[in-house]
Amino acid sequence: MDADRETVGEVLGSAPVPAPPTARRARGSDVVYESLRTLAANPLTLAGFVLVVILTVAAVLVEALPPITAAVLGHAWSILPYAPNSIGPLINSPPNAQHWFGTDELGRDVLSRVVAALPLDLGMGVAITVLSVGIGAGLGLVAGFWDESRLGRALSAVILRITDIFLAFPTLVLAIALTAILGKSINSPLTAVIVALTVTWWPYYVRIVRGEVLVIKHMGYIYAARIAGLSERRILVRHVLRNLLEPLTVYATLDIGTVIVTFSTIAFVGLISIPNLLEWGTMVATYQSNLPADYWLVLAPGLAIFVTVLALSLLGDGLRDVLDPRTRRAFAREAQTSTAPEPAAAMADVGE
Amino acid sequence: MGRNLSDLGFFIGARLLQLIPVLIGVIVLMFLFTHLAVSDPCASWYPHAKKAVLDECRSYYGFGQPLYLQFGRYAVGLLAGNWGTDQFGANVYPQIAQSLPPTVELVLASLLVMIVFGIALGAVAAQYAGRWPDHLIRVFYLSGWAAPTYLVGILLAIFVAPALGLPTGGAFSNNPPFPQRTNMSVVDALLAGNLPYTVDAIDHLVLPAIALAFLNLGIITRMTRSSMLEVLPLDFVKSARMKGISEAAVLYRHALRNSLITTTTILGFTASGLLASTVVVEEIFRWPGIGEYSFSSLVNNNFSGLIGVTIVFAIAVVVANLAADILYGVIDPRVEWR
Repeated sequence: MDADRETVGEVLGSAPVPAPPTARRARGSDVVYESLRTLAANPLTLAGFVLVVILTVAAVLVEALPPITAAVLGHAWSILPYAPNSIGPLINSPPNAQHWFGTDELGRDVLSRVVAALPLDLGMGVAITVLSVGIGAGLGLVAGFWDESRLGRALSAVILRITDIFLAFPTLVLAIALTAILGKSINSPLTAVIVALTVTWWPYYVRIVRGEVLVIKHMGYIYAARIAGLSERRILVRHVLRNLLEPLTVYATLDIGTVIVTFSTIAFVGLISIPNLLEWGTMVATYQSNLPADYWLVLAPGLAIFVTVLALSLLGDGLRDVLDPRTRRAFAREAQTSTAPEPAAAMADVGE
Repeated sequence: MGRNLSDLGFFIGARLLQLIPVLIGVIVLMFLFTHLAVSDPCASWYPHAKKAVLDECRSYYGFGQPLYLQFGRYAVGLLAGNWGTDQFGANVYPQIAQSLPPTVELVLASLLVMIVFGIALGAVAAQYAGRWPDHLIRVFYLSGWAAPTYLVGILLAIFVAPALGLPTGGAFSNNPPFPQRTNMSVVDALLAGNLPYTVDAIDHLVLPAIALAFLNLGIITRMTRSSMLEVLPLDFVKSARMKGISEAAVLYRHALRNSLITTTTILGFTASGLLASTVVVEEIFRWPGIGEYSFSSLVNNNFSGLIGVTIVFAIAVVVANLAADILYGVIDPRVEWR
């Protein structure tokens, strides 16, 4: 009851809510505590979270460290066994203690080369997802929020029709076709892929965001805010956008993985023509003719994609629980009372 | 509004009418994408040709003309049933019509694999929700999502196929002695009543179907699991339990059957995803389908072929979703067609 009165009071902006200032601080730390609890409650989500953190740190280090250390120490920068381009005496060696993923035809360390490709693949996944979310969410918001006026309805109809057209293309076919086509007119193959994949991906976010907005728009608190005289912009930012963040974060996390797979597929079919490009799909394509003998040359980059996408999927799957305040509190309560009412146990209760 | 046949007819008609603007958009977009990117494919088709030959090629395909004239020519041809010609001057329509059935066969086979394994895994995951079989199944289906199709395809072709003695290329080992009426290998062999060739066709179909199914297994599994968990606390499940029916019968006869309604609806979406992934799978297993055809049209700047394939894909996506909606109505008596 108290919680209800508090939110209504906030929305109406009437008499100050009689809550001590400490309550606010406690609430902030509660969110962190509950989030961590929820993360830790599911071992798979936790594993995904840890892996994503490790991969991100590794990508940043691989991208940032070599230039810094090179500037400080000259070219003798290889502190770790990380040396993607140094040619060694051991050629096509299977995995061993020194080279965990073996070496390639020039004696280069395959593990280093797989790690060296991490910033590109992960970065592509993040960049394309962020671009698509930006474009798709923006258009979805317009199509969902402003469909009352005549102009708004026309605009929203146009957006939805265009979205439908793009959704009628199967993702991979459109992505491959666009990359090939754009690659012929854009000089940088990577720019061509980014444009092609963004063009392929944004329509899904229009659908998702519009659907969410249509639900949120008719919630009681939006009416309450409007009655209270809040400006449309304030309603949009404080109430609609904030409620969109949850589903968008979940979908985007899951999508980064899908984009990475699609990007590497495009590279695999040979549409990114950059000589000596360190990229997982390209590596699989280059060395598939060495199979089944030099299996590590294909398995190492394949495993890299697999682990990265799996980590993102596990995290995204679990984020749904972390970001939803209701499940988050349930998990935290569960951890405190430690009676651990698992879903299965709850089901058994029903049966009796 | 209701559930008789004429309502269903109106429902299908309305949905097919909606397809028209989408198709026009798809055709215009694909035409623009292809023709703006490469203004003159003749040079790439005949790299060493003399200028006279190139000029003849350009005038034959109309590549020198302004874009709107080229599009007008293409659109008029399309309305008359002429889907354009490829780089050899051959009509693309028979080629597309010939390569579609094998892909449909592949997609149906992988749907079968997905439904059987996905529903079974989903039901088990729901039964053990929150416990280790549930976690294990989740890792398994997320693996399918995380492993790129080309990698799964390569590994199946190179490591699994020799171990099981399965073939990895084409639809038959030898040219079949019977006429290929439907162009679906298994169906043709069955129609001809030729048992060895049927077995051979199935052998060729198994691995590509599994590679394709593995990717989307998670969707079915997750859907079955969550819809079963939704159904379990409902009254009819409780009353089934109260009657003293065994737990397995409650789960599988009552809960699972009702949760399947939700699972059916997403099959439509899955079919379009499967169709898209055939491009890679068919390339690896040299399956003579539309995925392989679309990839070769892309590489060869066969614009008419590419646009034609896109039209077929777009229709397939819409029809798959429509089929899912109709199926949904057939299974759930509460649904009204409108």
